[in-house]
Amino acid sequence: MNLIQKIQAPQLKPGAENFKVGDTIKVHFKIIEGKTERVQIYEGLCIAMKNAGLGRTFMVRKNSYGVGVERVFPMNSPRVEKVEVVKAGRVRRAKLYYIRTKIGKAAKIKELLPTRKVEAKAAVAKA
Amino acid sequence: MIGLIGRKTGMTQVFDDTGKLIPVTVIEFTPNVVVGKKSADKDGYSAVLVGLEDQKKQRLNKAYLGQFPEGIAPKRILRELRDFEKDVNVGDSLGVDVLGGLRFVDCTAISKGKGFQGVMKRWNMHGGRASHGSKFHREPGSTGQRTYPHKTFKNMKLPGRMGREQVTVQNLKVVRVDVESSCILIRGAVPGPRDCQVLVRGAVKKSS
Repeated sequence: MNLIQKIQAPQLKPGAENFKVGDTIKVHFKIIEGKTERVQIYEGLCIAMKNAGLGRTFMVRKNSYGVGVERVFPMNSPRVEKVEVVKAGRVRRAKLYYIRTKIGKAAKIKELLPTRKVEAKAAVAKA
Repeated sequence: MIGLIGRKTGMTQVFDDTGKLIPVTVIEFTPNVVVGKKSADKDGYSAVLVGLEDQKKQRLNKAYLGQFPEGIAPKRILRELRDFEKDVNVGDSLGVDVLGGLRFVDCTAISKGKGFQGVMKRWNMHGGRASHGSKFHREPGSTGQRTYPHKTFKNMKLPGRMGREQVTVQNLKVVRVDVESSCILIRGAVPGPRDCQVLVRGAVKKSS
């Protein structure tokens, strides 16, 4: 391990990426206001991930009172407490930028339902 | 002045307390060994002569080797640090902990060579208009006129070799001093390519 990797290693969050592009996720984001600290939940569709080592990010899009809002979170940020997957999505591309121009039903992402194989595996794991 | 000579390892990023990503340059230090000292009474100025990175004896000439006192292995790099504020003796080995209390530093290194460059890149001239029939794009403009001054003055800003010169960047913030892995993290960029020799010293224009 070289020195640069040694500096980066303790900052990486190994289990941070528990979702995929296309998933609807809830980001628990810590907000520091002076001395108090609170957790804000930002829910939306993950439309892109950008891989840049320690600085890798993901982009979450949501519709807030009729206005599209996109936020970019650093994957390894200590301020991202956790990411919950609300609904897994079935998508065929890595960047869902096309969704910006769609409205209503066209902007919907099909839900990814677990296949029989995955279900069987889960059952085995349970048993 | 408090300073050390190190080598630039490269750049990376670190998260600060508030969760912001900060770009940093990593500079690694091998022990700086005090080879000699100069005093104001004897030499007219005070300085500490430090050397680093051992070199085989047969690769150096006698004149160079004569600078090293007995018991100190010859070093490849030798440099004087003027007005060293810490009290040191010949033979001492200086590590990163010397830079411990510093909040801001100045970094001196030889910058990356850019080759033969035009005036826009080399001297930040504005150049001319790109379109609307303009025939003046990236040129330096007039240099000497006709009857007066009838010559091109010396030091006129013209195209030429750029970079590969000594550059000092002042007031760089120290993000972290890592004694364990013998390196220092400095906010922002530091001149020079990777693996180049960098002089890191306490900022002249800031009191730390």
